[in-house]
Amino acid sequence: MKLNGSQIFIECLKREGVDVIFGLPGGVVLKIFDELHQQSDIELVLTRHEQGAGHMAEGYAKATGRPGVALVTSGPGMTNIVTPLADAYMDSVPIVVFTGQVPTQMIGNDAFQEADNLGISRPCTKHNFLVRDVKDLARTIREAFHVATTGRPGPVLVDIPKDVSINTTEFVYPDTISLRGYHPEHGNDTTQITRAAEAICQAQRPIIYVGGGAVFSDAADEVTALAELTRIPVDMTLMGLGVFPGTHPLSLGMLGMHGSYVANMAIHNADLVIAIGSRFDDRVTGKTSEFCPRAKIIHIDIDPTSIRKVRDIEVHIPILGDVKEVLTELIQALKVGINGNTNDLREPWWTQLREWMDTHPLTYSQSDDEAIKPQYVIDRLYQLTTDSDPIVSTDVGQHQMWSAQYFKLNHPRRWLTSGGLGTMGFGFPAAMGAQRAFPDRLVLCVTGDGSFQMNLQELATAVLYKLSVKIVIINNGYHGMVRQWQDLFYDGRYASSELSTLPDYVKLAEAYSAVGLRASSPQDVDAVIQEALSTDGPVLIDVQVSRSENCYPMIPAGGANHEMLLEDPPHLTQASKSPVRTSDDSDSVLIA
Amino acid sequence: MGVENVEREHIISMRVENRSGVLARVAGLFSGRGYNIESLTVAPTLDATLSVMTIVTKGDERIIEQILKQLNKLIEAIEVVDLTESAFIERDIAIVKVQTTLETRAEVLRIAEIFRARVIDSTNTMYTLEVTGTGGKIEAMIFQLHTLGILELVRAGRIAVAREPYEKKTAE
Ligand SMILES: Cc1cc2nc3c(=O)[nH]c(=O)nc-3n(C[C@H](O)[C@H](O)[C@H](O)COP(=O)(O)OP(=O)(O)OC[C@H]3O[C@@H](n4cnc5c(N)ncnc54)[C@H](O)[C@@H]3O)c2cc1C
Ligand SMILES: Cc1ncc(C[n+]2csc(CCOP(=O)(O)OP(=O)(O)O)c2C)c(N)n1
Repeated sequence: MKLNGSQIFIECLKREGVDVIFGLPGGVVLKIFDELHQQSDIELVLTRHEQGAGHMAEGYAKATGRPGVALVTSGPGMTNIVTPLADAYMDSVPIVVFTGQVPTQMIGNDAFQEADNLGISRPCTKHNFLVRDVKDLARTIREAFHVATTGRPGPVLVDIPKDVSINTTEFVYPDTISLRGYHPEHGNDTTQITRAAEAICQAQRPIIYVGGGAVFSDAADEVTALAELTRIPVDMTLMGLGVFPGTHPLSLGMLGMHGSYVANMAIHNADLVIAIGSRFDDRVTGKTSEFCPRAKIIHIDIDPTSIRKVRDIEVHIPILGDVKEVLTELIQALKVGINGNTNDLREPWWTQLREWMDTHPLTYSQSDDEAIKPQYVIDRLYQLTTDSDPIVSTDVGQHQMWSAQYFKLNHPRRWLTSGGLGTMGFGFPAAMGAQRAFPDRLVLCVTGDGSFQMNLQELATAVLYKLSVKIVIINNGYHGMVRQWQDLFYDGRYASSELSTLPDYVKLAEAYSAVGLRASSPQDVDAVIQEALSTDGPVLIDVQVSRSENCYPMIPAGGANHEMLLEDPPHLTQASKSPVRTSDDSDSVLIA
Repeated sequence: MGVENVEREHIISMRVENRSGVLARVAGLFSGRGYNIESLTVAPTLDATLSVMTIVTKGDERIIEQILKQLNKLIEAIEVVDLTESAFIERDIAIVKVQTTLETRAEVLRIAEIFRARVIDSTNTMYTLEVTGTGGKIEAMIFQLHTLGILELVRAGRIAVAREPYEKKTAE
């Protein structure tokens, strides 16, 4: 059967199981859009900005585990999607981004809307391809999906020149893939697994440090089985939240810069760290030379470059492989080898852990007559929605950290956040992508007044496609996380962190034909959340919170994990905070 | 710690897909991650679908380990070998233009002879020499010619092979 390039594109995507593409048209991709328009197997969700399309594809991928797909035009269309590519690269998100390119014979001549798509995306994709001949199109698309979804997942870009989308050829979808330089699978290293099992049996103060890799590997059950079998406490990274139940008695919550006191004390004092699909990021290790100084480290990771990457951190038992496969074998080895007294061996450790939990639990205070505390909003949102097992998306900043601390997730793929790149503007479109994948599920987006403004144009898309995301803006009138650093490390000089002109978010929602709600005192919070939950379609809630709240615990950058700030230091008591700050109780100042 | 932190020169030989863009990926990896390249050569092989890159780099154990892993991770890299790990043979070629006067002409020829360099061009005021050898040998000759006045120096970049016969590794 002879098909043109655009038809081949559609046929290939159907075979890859793609049901939705997020995108925005332009000159060189008109043929592809035209063909998409004439069929109904794949829906094209028209976004208002290519960055929105990229993050929607990421949200779709994170929530489902299947690759997200975006389609954009050449030049500015491509450059607008660079941020989602870089984001997906850092957080190992499988997305396939198709970009249009000028016709092959014009490449390199500074043609209209030409950009070096391969050159620009090379450092922020797992791999990228330029298709020079329509005969190579089907094979390339097959390879692109394969690379994006196998091994350590990641973004792949396929650049399609205009003539390739128009030319015709015989359509054959290849059955097999031959990329001779790509070997993403590793056989399990049984010797290392046995060594790990021995180390686990002997450890007196072990800790599991689990991350995103366990989510990608669909290994939640295995992680839980390992922890329960051995009664080892579990620290989760920001990217691992939900892969072990947040409400489980063995869960210590998130570790790292804004992790819980007990999670950080536990890893700092451990004698054995079992790192499972986590990559020793600097937000987790703090000062590397003092990272878990007394511990042996087991590191399970599918990517050889992740293992022994961080200087100063010695890995004693590296295990190259897929989390699910390795844990299955490890659990087997432990079941054979475990001797009944391991629980006794660890009783003093648990006594110590309980003491840390009790002395410094995550807390905040909220009284009726003060401004709304951001932690209170997240806590209420959690309490009021947890029964529906929602998907929670966040943007970047304080609200993200409070969400990580207070929103306890019991399942993987419920948590969409930008960790590695820390991309403000990620949250809302990512939530929409997840909502598109699961139209009947509750999808929440917790965002900041700064972050939300980076992709708010997608309100139009949400309304048009009935993506009923419930958006909660933790509105503190600041780039709050920046203000916090200025409070702590720049003598309270708020250089460019105050958002002195903010839109009226309720009116903004209404301008897009969405529903806008507002809470300005603690008594309003439950009511607006309930109202949002019972409203169809996208709802934007503007929660006007205390402007001066800071997020703790916090390990100052470069500090070791046991050196946490647990509250505002004395120089930051309410009275002495910078005079720029307006009164906590005032909500009128927040609306320009 | 000690041994680990010592910086050493390594010669990496890699077989890559013979395609445009591969060199950019390798070069981008080194610059993006701050690894240093002392020299890099690329040329086709008997198998027209492959090229061989020889990369001379410097770093301590940890860095070299990362470089090798990162290169291996490139989808267009078929095989990556750190030649420095076993016996290998290396060669570089240099073309050196040396300024000469009546008094120094004989001395330049004498040095050329010591290093088995060939005179490939000659004028009244200069000799152009071609020398082949290990990086160390070429540096030694350059050092000796330096005081006499080097006008121009061009080096091909180092290439190397393992002394063991090359066996295609079966993909594991
Ligand atoms: C404002 C801000 C504050 C932050 N504060 C914190 C904090 O306090 N605590 C915190 O934890 N993070 C924090 N982060 C996030 C941090 O920057 C990192 O993104 C995060 O710690 C990395 O998580 P991870 O180690 O789980 O790795 P990921 O980025 O999720 O990487 C996954 C790892 O698993 C491996 N892998 C992938 N698939 C598999 C598989 N199938 N089998 C085996 N291995 C696999 C990969 O190779 C990789 O090494 C913060 C981010 C922001 C923006
Ligand atoms: C695109 C982008 N630009 C800048 C930053 C740096 N940055 C990190 S947090 C932050 C402030 C976020 O403010 P807001 O969204 O209001 O959240 P809050 O911290 O107040 O909860 C900024 C500017 C970033 N992470 N991403």
